[in-house]
Amino acid sequence: MSAPAQFQPKPDVPAWRLLVTLGLAGALAGFVLVFVYQATLPTIERNRAERLAAAIQEVLKAPDHYDTLYVYQGTLTRQLPADADPKKLEQIYFGYHADSSPIGFAIASGEPGFQDVVRLIFGYDHATQTLLGMKVLESKETPGLGDKIEKNVDFVSQFDGVQTPLTGVKPRQSTGDPHEVDMITGATISSRTVIKIINNALQRMGPMLESYQAAATGPQSAEVAQ
Amino acid sequence: MSKTSPQQDFFRGIWRENPVLIQMLGLCPALAVSNTLENSLVMGIATFFVLTGSSLLVSIVKKAVPGEVRISTYILIIATFVTVADMTLEALVPDIHKALGAFVALIVVNCMILGRQEAFASKNPVGRSLLDAFGTGFGFIIAMVMMGSIREILGTGALLGMKVIPGPFEPWVIFILPPGGFLTLGFWLLLFGWIEKRRVERARVREWPHGVGAREEAA
Repeated sequence: MSAPAQFQPKPDVPAWRLLVTLGLAGALAGFVLVFVYQATLPTIERNRAERLAAAIQEVLKAPDHYDTLYVYQGTLTRQLPADADPKKLEQIYFGYHADSSPIGFAIASGEPGFQDVVRLIFGYDHATQTLLGMKVLESKETPGLGDKIEKNVDFVSQFDGVQTPLTGVKPRQSTGDPHEVDMITGATISSRTVIKIINNALQRMGPMLESYQAAATGPQSAEVAQ
Repeated sequence: MSKTSPQQDFFRGIWRENPVLIQMLGLCPALAVSNTLENSLVMGIATFFVLTGSSLLVSIVKKAVPGEVRISTYILIIATFVTVADMTLEALVPDIHKALGAFVALIVVNCMILGRQEAFASKNPVGRSLLDAFGTGFGFIIAMVMMGSIREILGTGALLGMKVIPGPFEPWVIFILPPGGFLTLGFWLLLFGWIEKRRVERARVREWPHGVGAREEAA
């Protein structure tokens, strides 16, 4: 029985060594992360911008060009005062045909869905109160069920030409009302979320869109009148 | 600790001690993001990168780290590699990064990785720790591919987006939903359990060709 006799407790490691080890490891980790963050950030931001630009093309049906509008102090504006940070403001987009006639607004908005926040962008012609298209930007809805809101072509294509405000109906119960959207069986909550996002965004933005469109098309119609 | 050969260090993680199929570690990502082959592969490669990176680093600094703070230091090292992997995936493959969601960040708490640091890299030389990490990492990738391909084929009728089941096929949607993950893993574990049982039985037959009690009966 020599083992217990030979056992000697290890001398205590001084506290400063523990602190230095952890502090050093933390500092090195931070150092590495700052570099990787700076190296990957431009690509990540470019990817996001590309995805958004592609979505705008889709929901405004390939506009010739579009303006970025900022929601600033309750109105939509194209020119921001110098002290406002464009990255912190909500942005919507206003697209034009090649002959500069307006197509409509592209509005991005989000609300909680079945699992997490669903973010989508939709094209909207305010003059006729009609949707032009809808594309989901971010969602973590159930694969195979809830994610049909972005993958089911029949569901997505309904958002082209439907009148606002939208009402969701069960499949095969539609009455031919131009406000109706057929919801997806098995994805009721996700379908309802999409409808809710669009209705709420339009309710929130409606007056701003009204005054912007009046101002934007105002001079043009005046020219026509002359 | 008995010495093992370099081959043993490497192949142990792939087959005899496969992290998912035998040790049943790292099951959370194996169940959650194995719904398509593409997602499984990217998850496997990200985990492989984190595992080899942290095994290398832990093995290098093992003598300098006092035992009292070793777990927190290892976690810090692992978390750094995970964040690097997370940012790189977001920059390179944004769509897959979106599909993997929170599970890339959750590699930090994958007990398979911390397990290899604590059980191997913190006690062994750098070269052997790397071999061990390669083996375990490959074992994880293989298990992820086995899960992902079965689930994608049965759940969508396609593999890597290409149709593989000819003719009209109604996808078994349940296989890309969470229950499909449990079912697929269950069948794989059943198969591996059966193979292991047969191996043990054969070894016993070699040792006692006439049954365990045969010699006493003869005597």
